[in-house]
Amino acid sequence: MNKKLLLSMHRKMLTIRLFEEKLNSLFLQGQIPGTLHLYNGQEACAVGVCENLSDKDWILSTHRPHGHAIAKGVSLQSMMAELFAKETGCCGGFGGSMHVGDINKGSVPAIAIVGGNIPIATGVALSFKMQKRKNVVCCFLGDGAINEGAFHEGVNMASIWGLPLIFVCENNLYGASTRIENMIGVEKLTDRLKGYGVKSFSVDGMDVTKVYTMINNLIKKIKSGQGPFFLECKTYRFVGHSRSDTNKYRQKSEEIFWKKKDPIIRIEKKLVKEKILDTLSIDKIYEEIKHELNQAVKFAKSSPHPKILNMKKYVYA
Amino acid sequence: MSMRNNKNSTQKMTIAESLRLTIQQEMERDKKVFCIGEDIGIKGGFGGAFTVTLGLSEQFGHERILDTPISETGIAGVAIGAALSGMRPIADVQYSDFLFCAMDQLVNQAAKLRFMSGGKLKVPMVMRAPGGATTRGSQHSQSLESYFLHVPGLKVVCPSTAYDAKGLLTSAIRDDSPVLFFEHKLLYGSKGNRAEKGSISPVGEVPLYDYTIPFGKAKIRKKGKDVTILGKLRSVYTALEASKTLDQHKISCEVIDPRTIVPFDSKLLFNSVKKTGRLVIVDECTKTGGWAGEISALVQENIFKYLKKPVVRVTAPDTPVPFAPKLENFFIPQAKDVVKEVLKLF
Repeated sequence: MNKKLLLSMHRKMLTIRLFEEKLNSLFLQGQIPGTLHLYNGQEACAVGVCENLSDKDWILSTHRPHGHAIAKGVSLQSMMAELFAKETGCCGGFGGSMHVGDINKGSVPAIAIVGGNIPIATGVALSFKMQKRKNVVCCFLGDGAINEGAFHEGVNMASIWGLPLIFVCENNLYGASTRIENMIGVEKLTDRLKGYGVKSFSVDGMDVTKVYTMINNLIKKIKSGQGPFFLECKTYRFVGHSRSDTNKYRQKSEEIFWKKKDPIIRIEKKLVKEKILDTLSIDKIYEEIKHELNQAVKFAKSSPHPKILNMKKYVYA
Repeated sequence: MSMRNNKNSTQKMTIAESLRLTIQQEMERDKKVFCIGEDIGIKGGFGGAFTVTLGLSEQFGHERILDTPISETGIAGVAIGAALSGMRPIADVQYSDFLFCAMDQLVNQAAKLRFMSGGKLKVPMVMRAPGGATTRGSQHSQSLESYFLHVPGLKVVCPSTAYDAKGLLTSAIRDDSPVLFFEHKLLYGSKGNRAEKGSISPVGEVPLYDYTIPFGKAKIRKKGKDVTILGKLRSVYTALEASKTLDQHKISCEVIDPRTIVPFDSKLLFNSVKKTGRLVIVDECTKTGGWAGEISALVQENIFKYLKKPVVRVTAPDTPVPFAPKLENFFIPQAKDVVKEVLKLF
């Protein structure tokens, strides 16, 4: 894997991590409204996938969308402003944390109903195929979403029509507080896909290089006329489901086990080992990103609130 | 075989034929337009539950008259996704009752994506939905327009004539917002083994050329001066029938067909009620929380002082649609019910 790619993926994962750490601290200070579903720990999934995509490839996201949007190239300023509910936000302050995205970057403003994005992703992929656009669609979903009816309908339709679509399932083991293995009647989550005639794969979702390589191969298969595919990324969120969750349903030992797999520490070790970066230069990257984030916060804070008169304007096209 | 070159001519046709011609012409005009739904294009199949898409797959192929599994959430979601990314889908559920299976997609997704994106996305899709009571029992007979009236972001269209069906569907297909297009089963005039018992099947002159009817423009179906009767879809005909009886009582009725209920032409209704001072709303939706109640509130909020009598609702009762024909007849507002209520106002 080339140096440039590794550096780019490291910077993006780190940006997501630091963005959310900043966000959480602002949230706890009461500076931003609403709720937050943090992505902390899962960064390798978003970055490993999106690093393979152009602005013309589309992603669909979930209620935990910050990482997906940043990985897809949505600007930090417009993301931060959205979180601050400002007019300069990526959704004009009309979306909020659970709906970030920017269609110009191929990031469909996120859909926060679990599984609701799945048939829509199928529709985007169908439309790409009908228009003979050579692009792919990646639909992010959590492990909980595979028990939604929308999953069944959307995956089946993608399968019968052979669409250029990859379902990227980030299995972080829990739907809110509920463990996935208690909620599925099959041994492995990917066993489900046999029933749809969709080829499925599993990958270590804590290793960005593995996610990247897997998606790269799947896109090659799609370009040769195959698809859709389902990829399970085995991952873990280091934080609670949402703002008030203190993870009392999880074992400390389990959390420690997964923390050791931290995808950012892992890639940093690799970068140092391969002599691409040293600790000093890594520190510099942290500082650069922090500076960028401070600028984004400044931008967000100084931006105007959305206008009441635009409320009606955005109801109908 | 396209008929659109006959620029100046019109042809007598049913609503089902008018809708079919519209879809055909719009698909010829714009490659982005396609149909998606259950049993719409299968050779030897139905052509949609009420024959609207019959024969179209022969002209356009199965990629543009796209048959789906029985998956209403999927149909709605796929239509939304396609609409977001440059296509103009016309989706079809066989019976409007099945829209409930797709409520998340219609209400949380289609209706809100533009708003939540700060006006950056658009969802130009049409969802066609046949409704109305036709002795099919409680799950294939409902009138659901009122439910969708309550969802900001959706437009709701209710054609009652063959002419309107074409002009309104053309507008719906070209609209950049999601449109719910309700069609009444007894108004289609479907033929052969899809013909409906008890059909009203209005046949009308339909221009073969391209035309649109703008949303939010109601139509006076009959001019009058003593009482305004507002009805949509089948109830337009119930109101017209009642008005004939009322003529014999020397009561002159003005019958208004809104054609679209979102947006709603309040101006035309207000002008009529200001003149007559009396309003009766006839509707096949059930009473509580329904369209008739909404219009009643709208009128009393805006032109209360013109009302000589309280606004009257003649609607279906608050029960599921019953199966037994005798009970279904009681459920559906009849002309005699309208006559009885109007007479009480004088």
